[in-house]
Amino acid sequence: MKNDKTKKIAVYGVMVALAMIFSYVEMQLPVFIAVPGVKLGITNIVVLVSLYKMGDKGALFINAVRIISVSLLFGTAMSFAFSFTGGMLSTIVMILLKKTNRFSTVGVSVAGAVTHNIGQILAAVVFLNTTAIVWYLPVLWLSGIISGLIIGIVGAMVEKRVSKIKVP
Amino acid sequence: MNEKNKIRYDAVLITILLVISLFIFLGVKLTGKNGKNVVVSVDGNVMYTFSLEENREFEIKGYDGGTNYLVIEDGEVYLKDASCPDLLCVHMGKIRSIGQSIICLPNRVVVEIVDGEKSSDNIGSEDEIDAIVG
Repeated sequence: MKNDKTKKIAVYGVMVALAMIFSYVEMQLPVFIAVPGVKLGITNIVVLVSLYKMGDKGALFINAVRIISVSLLFGTAMSFAFSFTGGMLSTIVMILLKKTNRFSTVGVSVAGAVTHNIGQILAAVVFLNTTAIVWYLPVLWLSGIISGLIIGIVGAMVEKRVSKIKVP
Repeated sequence: MNEKNKIRYDAVLITILLVISLFIFLGVKLTGKNGKNVVVSVDGNVMYTFSLEENREFEIKGYDGGTNYLVIEDGEVYLKDASCPDLLCVHMGKIRSIGQSIICLPNRVVVEIVDGEKSSDNIGSEDEIDAIVG
């Protein structure tokens, strides 16, 4: 019983650390298209695998701790607001889609990526006090579908390989 | 539910999302027409309004001492240079249609194309703003 708890803490710590490293790597990647918010979203691999291995609360917790830590290390109050709105919205949508038991990892990931970008635009509308940014919605929506597809496929592969590992 | 059916549902979901993105894209594209003025806001406040008809180069003073160098050329607006480290706003290219914008997060600068003057939250008239610039 006590061993289980220790193992849980360790695994959560590893996942948060991994998500932070992925966030950092993502920041170093060159921006492919000159639209802010277009990115691969490799961090979502960790959130996806957490969702399937540790469940709803695990994924939400790991992503929240990741966003707070990364924002404290590299971000500003503004970037925290953007990440947090997008991250929480997408994690909640992924949890709900997974609950329907109708979609594979790919479908869950695509929905997560698109809602992440919608969340960031909503945050921009609220915090920058402008509706002008809605212009980017189609681009970010489409880029979300593409990156969600790629991340979903990779996530499914990772999940398959770690399926034997038991997380309490 | 087995994996094959799940993939079918995935495909339906992705198709629906693609169709929605197409509609948003068309909606934005069709409603877009060339604007008359460009409005520059810093931290949510309208600071300057320029006409798109005359060419101009201007340095925007952003939040916390940051600067963005704005250029208006042949009815198009772009940022030529900026003090921010990522220069995303510079890479965002040229804009000309109503509703299009260039945003610089570090300097909290929003450059937006509008049809006529921005009515709701405009500070002062164009004349007053011209006086500040000139």
